Amino acid sequence: MRLYVAGQTPKCLLALVNLKKICEEHLRDRYTIEVVDLLKQPQLAQGDQILAIPTLVKRLPPPVNKMIGDLSNTEKVLVGLDLRCA
Amino acid sequence: MAKTQAQQKLTGITKVPTGIQGLDEILNGGLPCGRSSLVCGNAGCGKTFLGMQFLVNGAQKYGSPGVFVSFEETSEELRKNFASIGVDLNDLEKRKLLALDYIFIERSEIKETGEFDLEGLFVRLGQAVRSIGAKRIVIDTIEALFSGFSNEAILRAELRRLFRWLKSNGLTAIITGERIGEIFTRHGLEEFVADCVILLDNNIVDQISTRRMRIVKYRGSSHGTNEYPFLIGANGMSVLPITSISMDYKVTAERISSGIEALDRMLEGEGYFRGSSILVSGSPGSGKTSIASHFLDACCRRGEKCLLFTFEESGEQLARNLESIGLHLKIGVKKGLLKIIAQRPTFQGLEFHLLEIHDLVRRFGPQAVVVDPVSCFSCVGKNWQIRSMLSRLVDFFKSENITALFTDLINGNDPAEESYISSLADTWILLNNASGMQRERSLGIIKSRGMAHSDEFFPIKIGREGLGLGKARHEGLKKGVVSIETFGAGR
Repeated sequence: MRLYVAGQTPKCLLALVNLKKICEEHLRDRYTIEVVDLLKQPQLAQGDQILAIPTLVKRLPPPVNKMIGDLSNTEKVLVGLDLRCA
Repeated sequence: MAKTQAQQKLTGITKVPTGIQGLDEILNGGLPCGRSSLVCGNAGCGKTFLGMQFLVNGAQKYGSPGVFVSFEETSEELRKNFASIGVDLNDLEKRKLLALDYIFIERSEIKETGEFDLEGLFVRLGQAVRSIGAKRIVIDTIEALFSGFSNEAILRAELRRLFRWLKSNGLTAIITGERIGEIFTRHGLEEFVADCVILLDNNIVDQISTRRMRIVKYRGSSHGTNEYPFLIGANGMSVLPITSISMDYKVTAERISSGIEALDRMLEGEGYFRGSSILVSGSPGSGKTSIASHFLDACCRRGEKCLLFTFEESGEQLARNLESIGLHLKIGVKKGLLKIIAQRPTFQGLEFHLLEIHDLVRRFGPQAVVVDPVSCFSCVGKNWQIRSMLSRLVDFFKSENITALFTDLINGNDPAEESYISSLADTWILLNNASGMQRERSLGIIKSRGMAHSDEFFPIKIGREGLGLGKARHEGLKKGVVSIETFGAGR
């Protein structure tokens, strides 16, 4: 999965912390997180149609899911990662 | 803060021209430089078109690069749409004068899991702007964001930030918004973009559509306040600030022939004033078109350019019929001196006829124009509308020093009552069509400003030599029986 951030803002840092925590709890050793900083690679914003920051894009397993925000709502994140039914 | 405001007051705001004919005139120069303007209107009223035209003109006419951010149409769709009106966006993109960025929002894909902002949007805009050094930007339409994100508080804060960002980057922006009923934009964009608001409208009255625009507000600048019709045509967009045409045009004492010797004689032997407007009224078959055609023929003979707008016959048919009275309009057409525009009046609305006449006159540059007949407009407009349109047309022709001849079909007994422009015309020629034992046509001049014209009615004789006038016989005319004693052929 890919986490889009823009610099080290509190929201972005919090999103990363939240994501790591959820993954460790539910997906231990079965995940990879790629962090894309749009301030460094602005051209990447177009590909995944990123507007909101932070945005988490889960590609595998399909379907592709997008989640925006600091990922503090664990329930919603689990649904988005297909680890829990909506 | 107070100081900068005072400075701005002294220098006034700088304007960025849109390059759209007529619009810059209404805006007194253009859009406010480095600020955002809101263009709003119902679906299909031309918002996207106006925005793109702003950028295309910027690129082509002023060498000022621009970014088009679309939330609705893909870049490929935009390229195709504009290719169909002859604008090659691809080429402008290659020359780094234009950048298209299509932003796709689909709500079902996005789940909100906490606090967020729209930094990604800013990154994208920044990237697009930097890639070509843009000075202009169009965002069409930013309201799509509201369908993509449910947290309106964050959105509004981010929009506010967006407009600050545009300003701080020195961008002159057009933001489009969809109009819902009487509200300017669905989500109240006018709250953010307060400097200049342009309202577009596409009205359908009696099945004829008319596009209009109005400048609702323009901070720090004067502007035209009326509703102005505009046209989206093969040459892009043009707005007609017709009501702004004033009456202070130059006049000349130069005279030009009517093309009919006997008629010239009635007008002090010299004919019409150049740049004046002439009205020829008459019942069906009284010879209006013949008089108009003699005038066109005379123009072509002088080597002057002239335009004929005819609403009853095709150009071919008209030219053929006039051959029978010895007028060879085709020669003028071949020489490129005469242009005939034949159209049904119902083809488009009144304002559009006006716009089109303007457009053609501007491009062709004629010294004389004939509109045959003006009465045909009654099927596309109400009397007061036609009167207002014709008065603007008369003013326009006068401001261009174009001699204009209008024909007018009348059926009743009181021509002044029926006519749309008799009061506007400088010279008013009335054709009578009395029927008695034998049909008799006659011609008289009701008025001709600034000259001692003949007061008599003369019988009309139309033959292979053209239109001529006989000798006046008042009593005979009244009875409707006149014998032709002399026949002065045209030319």
